[in-house]
Amino acid sequence: MEIEGSSPQDWTIAVDEKYSLRLFVAGASSMSVKAIKNLQVILENNLKGKYELEIIDIHQQPLLLQKEDIFAVPLLIKKYPAPIRRLVGDMSDVNKVLKGLGLN
Amino acid sequence: MSKYTALKKEANKLTTLPKTPTGINGLDEITLGGFPKGRPTLICGGAGCGKTLFSLEFIVKGVTDYNEPGVFIAFEEKAHELAMNVTSLGFDLEKLQKDKKIKIDYIHVDKSEIEETGEYDLSGLFIRLGHAIDSIGAKRVVLDTIENLFSGLDNEGILRAELRRLFQFLKDKGVTAIITGEKGEKTLTRKGLEEYVSDCVIFLDHRVINQISTRRLRIIKYRGSLHGTNEYPFLIDEEGISVLPVTSLKLDKPVATSIIKSGIPSLDQMFSLGGFYKGSSILVSGTAGTGKTSIAASFVNAACSRKEKSLYFAFEESPSQIIRNMSSVGLDLQKHVDKGLLKFYAARPTLYGLEMHLVAIHKAIQKFKPDVIVLDPITNLITVGSFSDVKSMLVRLIDFLQESQITVMFTALTLNSIINEQTDDGVSSLVDSWLCIKDIEFNGERNRGLYVMKTRGMKHSNQVREFVITNKGLDLIDVYIGPEGVLTGSAREAQVLLEETGMVLHSNALGRKDRELLRKRKVLEAKIESLKTEFESTEEELNKVYIEEDIKREVITKTRKQMTQFRSGNYQKPDQANPKEE
Repeated sequence: MEIEGSSPQDWTIAVDEKYSLRLFVAGASSMSVKAIKNLQVILENNLKGKYELEIIDIHQQPLLLQKEDIFAVPLLIKKYPAPIRRLVGDMSDVNKVLKGLGLN
Repeated sequence: MSKYTALKKEANKLTTLPKTPTGINGLDEITLGGFPKGRPTLICGGAGCGKTLFSLEFIVKGVTDYNEPGVFIAFEEKAHELAMNVTSLGFDLEKLQKDKKIKIDYIHVDKSEIEETGEYDLSGLFIRLGHAIDSIGAKRVVLDTIENLFSGLDNEGILRAELRRLFQFLKDKGVTAIITGEKGEKTLTRKGLEEYVSDCVIFLDHRVINQISTRRLRIIKYRGSLHGTNEYPFLIDEEGISVLPVTSLKLDKPVATSIIKSGIPSLDQMFSLGGFYKGSSILVSGTAGTGKTSIAASFVNAACSRKEKSLYFAFEESPSQIIRNMSSVGLDLQKHVDKGLLKFYAARPTLYGLEMHLVAIHKAIQKFKPDVIVLDPITNLITVGSFSDVKSMLVRLIDFLQESQITVMFTALTLNSIINEQTDDGVSSLVDSWLCIKDIEFNGERNRGLYVMKTRGMKHSNQVREFVITNKGLDLIDVYIGPEGVLTGSAREAQVLLEETGMVLHSNALGRKDRELLRKRKVLEAKIESLKTEFESTEEELNKVYIEEDIKREVITKTRKQMTQFRSGNYQKPDQANPKEE
């Protein structure tokens, strides 16, 4: 099955030295909305123009769950730059999000 | 098992709780049908107690035996690792996965990778699980070990709330689930999962006593169902898990009145009914080298010759050793083995704990369905358990055997120590017949004396018989009991010869004595004759004296009269005198 965002072209972003981020949320729950909002604010403040964010609804992509090994949501996976980090939660703890992104 | 069928009947009356059979050998018996259908069951225990295997067998048996697909969510091992671990048990997980009967999903929880940034939930897990269930139409689910989530995520409040939601989710899905949990210090599981899974909790234990390990299982709770409450030993072997409910202690076994022969005709004669009761237990005890194994082997040989199946549990010698040794006493066990009537089960007692031995014996018996079994020797089991343990094990074994109408012969080694005497005593109350072989040491040689200590339900000889082992088989001979005591062996032979010689000599002596008597009689008779003659002559002599005396007195009286007359003057010539005139 073709999975969005997992094609090799994705990795070309690395050359552009852009942050490759994926946010997995479960539908349009309040937690999902909060997470998206919080993350967007943080990214705009700290990484403006230097990131690519993909937001995936796990309800739509159940097979991706196994592939990406997801159990807790909202989950932000930082694919690039290394190391890969997984940020769980609604992104309300700004310091932890920054730490997770390697920005502090 | 009568106890369990009784419980089952009762349970059926009381509740209609639907159950999902686990397919695990013996477990459905003690749970009276399996795990609660459509509800989660918690299996907890320490490391290496068999939780994962237990739950995996639940899934695999679900597919193979009940056609119920299953989902296995692994938090500890990857799918291929799991598959590899159970191939030795004959579970082909790869194939079952390809056939869409089983779905294994590995969830990797690594704290070092995860940063918590606020509120979250486990919807990911729910959707993943839901998808897995729906994709194969699973009826069974295993979460092994869900507590691993706690090691990766810090927010216990969220996790607990989510777990509660998860179990409700599983119930809503209508799947029968197993949740495994590692044993905590004071609680059943480290994170108190038992609070959430309250329908059925099973505790697995792996104990090591005297360097021997025993696995045990206990149903801690089972809401809405009766269940066995004891600790049940279980075994993990090449066929998976076997649990056996082996503590039925009711004395309501069926009894048989048919007789089973011992294989030694002269031994059968010691019993009034000519053998042992079928389904009874026989103990053969004796010191080292008294021929216990030979008796057991000839018992087995007799059973096989009657086309009955026999199972020989050897705890001392290997099967080939027994077969070789027994051919020296004229017992060909190999031919029975070839025909499939005789099977050996040989294991060192120290292989595993007593309970495990019991489970293994049970399994072997259930598989082979023998008519006769031999345990040779039970005293070796003492190396792996205390006396009371061995006794309780044997009680349960005898129980089980009586229920199945299997005749069992135990052999027991008696040493000249008090401890082992106790063992004999302990076991003796359990067995129906007890044969005792004693060493009789006399006159520079050792011989075997066999006697029947007891046999329930029939008369038996109280005589000590000499037990001889020849190359043609076993036999019993009456021992010689005489003024010199009990004689056996060559002393007995000598005594028999001596007696034979004695008989000849004796009859000879008798003849001589008779003749002498006759002669004596003749002599005496002659003597009597001569005495008689002597007496007659003495009598005659005496009579002669009497007559003479009479004549003499007459003459004297006459003469005196004449003298008186003469003196008075009327003298007459004596020849003129008329005596008649006086």
